[in-house]
Amino acid sequence: MNLDTLLPNLGEWLRGTGPESDVVVSTRIRLARNLADYPFTGRATPAQKTEIVSRVKEAISRVELPFKLDYHDVPSMPVLDRQFLVERQLISRELAAVLEGPRGVAFDAKESASVMVNEEDHLRLQVLRSGFALDDAWSDIDKLDDSLESRLAYAFHTQFGYLTACPTNVGTGLRGSVMLHLPALGLTKQIDKVFRALQKINLAVRGLHGEGSRAFGDLYQISNQVTLGKSEQKILGEIKEVILTILQYERQARAVLLKERRQAEQDRVARALGTLGSATMITAEETMELLSVVRLGIHLRLIDDVPATAVNQLFIQTQAAHLQKLVGHPLDGEERNAARAKYLKARLRELGSQR
Amino acid sequence: MKCQRCPKQATLHITEVLGDERFEEVHLCEDCAKKYLYEPQQKKNAKQGVTATSEVEEDTPAGARCPSCGMTFLEFRNHGRFGCAHDYDAFKPDLLPLMESVHGDTKHAGKIPRRAPRTATTQAELAQLRHRLQTLIDEEKYEEAARTRDRIKELETS
Repeated sequence: MNLDTLLPNLGEWLRGTGPESDVVVSTRIRLARNLADYPFTGRATPAQKTEIVSRVKEAISRVELPFKLDYHDVPSMPVLDRQFLVERQLISRELAAVLEGPRGVAFDAKESASVMVNEEDHLRLQVLRSGFALDDAWSDIDKLDDSLESRLAYAFHTQFGYLTACPTNVGTGLRGSVMLHLPALGLTKQIDKVFRALQKINLAVRGLHGEGSRAFGDLYQISNQVTLGKSEQKILGEIKEVILTILQYERQARAVLLKERRQAEQDRVARALGTLGSATMITAEETMELLSVVRLGIHLRLIDDVPATAVNQLFIQTQAAHLQKLVGHPLDGEERNAARAKYLKARLRELGSQR
Repeated sequence: MKCQRCPKQATLHITEVLGDERFEEVHLCEDCAKKYLYEPQQKKNAKQGVTATSEVEEDTPAGARCPSCGMTFLEFRNHGRFGCAHDYDAFKPDLLPLMESVHGDTKHAGKIPRRAPRTATTQAELAQLRHRLQTLIDEEKYEEAARTRDRIKELETS
């Protein structure tokens, strides 16, 4: 599969649909697994890593699933392509640029499932879903896990469960993450309420795959910290409960915005669209901030001529590696800002002419 | 923004909830963040008077050593990563308090691999056979070594 074929697609996590998609961007579950017969990746020799890759590839080629997983070798992949896959949330920064030796990733054409090989753990399974869909994501990844497990002997301990390179992942090896768009809580300075709700059950808050400050584009990822001593259902149930609380806060804050400062919000959205459509230089950060305002405007029904999926499209396509793939050659920082502005202007004009 | 602990770019921005509406922001690179994520749990515990980690330092300088990969408990403490699956048994007495502080529990309560019981015994046998193979080679008993090697292959492919 040529990675360029993915370029025009949005990928599962940016589809912009799914339950509660006015606030929940996407749901992700990952499982950490290791093969029983080898040292963990950090201590495995290049020869052992090669064996691990071939065993996993063999197992992946035989999984009986509704989708087909294609394997991509990372060391032989151009750096730009690796960054592209990071932006699409299919691989970690670590797998792309930090780790060494034989490693890779298998994913399906819809970009909803991926298996990283020789990351911190031998296997990192991931399922992505648009919107708030922890149950669906769990059902998918559980099947993928069963299918791989029937062909690979996992390192499993009767007391500690699935064994992982880092003790923070042992047990279920499960990390459930829900990406939320919380512009109204940010705007009304109530985002602390979110952290208070999380305090209750030891959940972590991060920005969009680490990129930029936590406030970038008002996107937050909420995930569990504890992986041992609770069942998968219980872990996911606890995340669910907290997300529902945050959803309520964000929707209340949005209602207050509409009631108390509708005109001001309308103006903010119009200005954001104006800047996006007329700038000649724009950073990724500013783009994310402005797109966040537009996204809120769409869900508050302050504008009705920009579809939510268009915002997601602009969001992903204006990231560094995507932009360079669109242009077809490498760009330095300044050139990127100019290319980003040019792309935004063209796309928004296109949307405008469709009105 | 630079990482607070090393010169790399900070990519993770963690907000620690300290309680009573007090928050602390930490900006770290991916590597330092991974270390950080399990550190604070130990700090919290120190406050509660659980001194699991310091006991280890006092009693055994390097701690236990894993017979399979050779990693010592001290090495694990410094890196925050295990060398192989057998470390969990090798360091078990020291791990229990660590698990308690990181997860608030020491027993897995989730999914179990369907073929777990069979693989457990096969794995034990494999580990034994591999050890035996090395001994046989050292003792230059090549004929028996070849038979052992074939048995390992057989078990690996079954």
